[in-house]
Amino acid sequence: MNIMLLIQAKPDWQVLAQDAARLLMPEMLVILFACFVLVLEFMLTPEQRRWAAYLSLAGLGAAGLSLALMFVKFTTAEVGFYEMVVVDGFALVFKVIFLLAAIFTIALSIKFLDVENEQRGEYYSLILFATAGMMFMASGADLLSIFISFELMALTTYILVAYLKRDRRSNEAAMKYFLLGIFSSGIFLYGMSLIYGLTAETNLTKIADTLARLARQQAPQATGFVAMAGMIFIAAAMFFKIAAVPFHMWCPDAYEGAPTSVTAFMSVGPKAAAFAIFARIFIDGLPGLRGDLTGESFGWVGLLAIVSALTMTWGNIAALTQNSAKRLMAYSSISHAGYLLLGLIAGNETGYIGLVIYLFVYVFMNLGAWGVIVAQRRASILGERVDDFNGLIHRSPGMAVMMTIFLLSLTGIPPTAGFVGKYFLFAGLIETGNAWLIALCVLAVINTAISLYYYARFIKAMFMSDVKEEEPLALSTSLRATLVTATVMVLLVGVYPRPFIAFTENATRHLLGL
Amino acid sequence: MEQLFFVIFAGIALIGAVNLLLRRNPLYAALSLLTTMAALTGLYIMLKAYFIAVIQVIIYAGAIVVLFLFVIMLFNIRAVERQTDRRGYLKWLALPFAIILIGQFLYIVRLFEENPTPVGTEIGFTEAVGRKLFTAYLLPFELTSVLILAAIIGAVVLAQKE
Repeated sequence: MNIMLLIQAKPDWQVLAQDAARLLMPEMLVILFACFVLVLEFMLTPEQRRWAAYLSLAGLGAAGLSLALMFVKFTTAEVGFYEMVVVDGFALVFKVIFLLAAIFTIALSIKFLDVENEQRGEYYSLILFATAGMMFMASGADLLSIFISFELMALTTYILVAYLKRDRRSNEAAMKYFLLGIFSSGIFLYGMSLIYGLTAETNLTKIADTLARLARQQAPQATGFVAMAGMIFIAAAMFFKIAAVPFHMWCPDAYEGAPTSVTAFMSVGPKAAAFAIFARIFIDGLPGLRGDLTGESFGWVGLLAIVSALTMTWGNIAALTQNSAKRLMAYSSISHAGYLLLGLIAGNETGYIGLVIYLFVYVFMNLGAWGVIVAQRRASILGERVDDFNGLIHRSPGMAVMMTIFLLSLTGIPPTAGFVGKYFLFAGLIETGNAWLIALCVLAVINTAISLYYYARFIKAMFMSDVKEEEPLALSTSLRATLVTATVMVLLVGVYPRPFIAFTENATRHLLGL
Repeated sequence: MEQLFFVIFAGIALIGAVNLLLRRNPLYAALSLLTTMAALTGLYIMLKAYFIAVIQVIIYAGAIVVLFLFVIMLFNIRAVERQTDRRGYLKWLALPFAIILIGQFLYIVRLFEENPTPVGTEIGFTEAVGRKLFTAYLLPFELTSVLILAAIIGAVVLAQKE
């Protein structure tokens, strides 16, 4: 696609308008509906408040439709807006993940917000803004557009964490998350400024070219040092966002204090978005700093391997002793960040398929598990402890069975979707044939076994303990529909993964540079 | 004539900066920061960098210093005055850093004296900035407006009365 010719042939505004309609339709729809929801809020009586949720679901559906059209239309990668955005298989697959996460979150939230007595349109509008930010992140081809969309997502998430403003825990969690979050954004920017200072480029592919040229030319050691420093700063910010050890401290507090529906969203959407830009920046922008594990050169693959090993192990060990279901799931989500890093470390087709398909199925299994936790919240009961699941099988057998399926999938037991994801992640490491990476894979398998213990605590509570209280769960049609869909998807991907692997190959083709 | 104005503006900027460090009351310190910023604006105008001069006034003087003042007044930071910092070793830590900073600065000045780089005629002009902003950087620019909208909604959500 020769974009320069286009620019010369037509006035700028025409090119930009065409680019916008062609490349950014789903994002624009999401933003448009976010504004609609805000306006609608003022026209509704308190009893009609739920319509804000339905309108935002409609907006996400419309965005999904236009995204489906883009899947048909775009067979090759295209850049637009003066190389600020790129639409390729990678971006499209991730946008599907974000839309699914947003739809599920809104469906989980409707009843939850009724119980909390905070049913307001702004909540849904903020979720839509965060979704738009994440979609722009996946499409970002330039450090500038990546950073601003990253901030759009982060800022809305901070606000959502503080959404229950009468709840002290929500305020405290938001404050912690906000302060640490802006600090990590600063580190992110600092890393970017070092890379920019070195290359005078913000476009990722141009950065890669310039770095390669610099490495051949003048003072390879000095430029290598600055580039490495920039890479480490950017990596630190990414580690913060995906909650990898040692930047995970905010995660249990923020997950515990945030409204449960928001926690569900945070654990899936922003995490997947952070992985999207992680892969994009490191594979497209800094491939020269990859390094290897033979000990010849240190690069980000070594850094990621160390962090991944720490994250998996610490996340799982810390989860063992938690009694709060929300904190337990927070540590579980930390350890999953460790598993997901394995895909980037392996750096081959299998590993990348593992990364993308795991993030895809993680939407279903993790949001499903969080959905069951959301349903535990009733007017008089917080429902956040593992004990609160006691005897769930007697009170609501369907929920107990679905929760069990989600937990088994999170562990990675066949025939659930989690197994397929873990299979590819681990197989990718073994394919490399590197002794260190195979050791890492063994560590990951051991960690999987450890995780079974704490997931089984939920199962034990649900099936083998006596009922503690009789108050019915906060169920609604939308919540039930979400959980059933998630269960069906978890089992479907687990039993018949072929079409889903083909779907994720759209994304991996780009990462492999094909 | 040019030199006279340079001396005036630079003098005001320096006096403001020194005053900023010497004042104990944070309110006065913030106001002297404002003086320095205003004097720097004069210097930018003399360099014909009008856009940067305007930005200097709007962002630094208008937004950032005012934000400082708001925070100082809201929290009534006067109380901090009384308790002096007991961590004296920090002073000694500051010394080597200050020397490094001055060394770097002198090094850069010498580099420039040896081979002065001509500044592009485009830099700092409103037209050039605007052209870039509405073509190459249009998407981040528009995205920033969405970001600010989301921030406003957030502020209203968190601050509104029930």
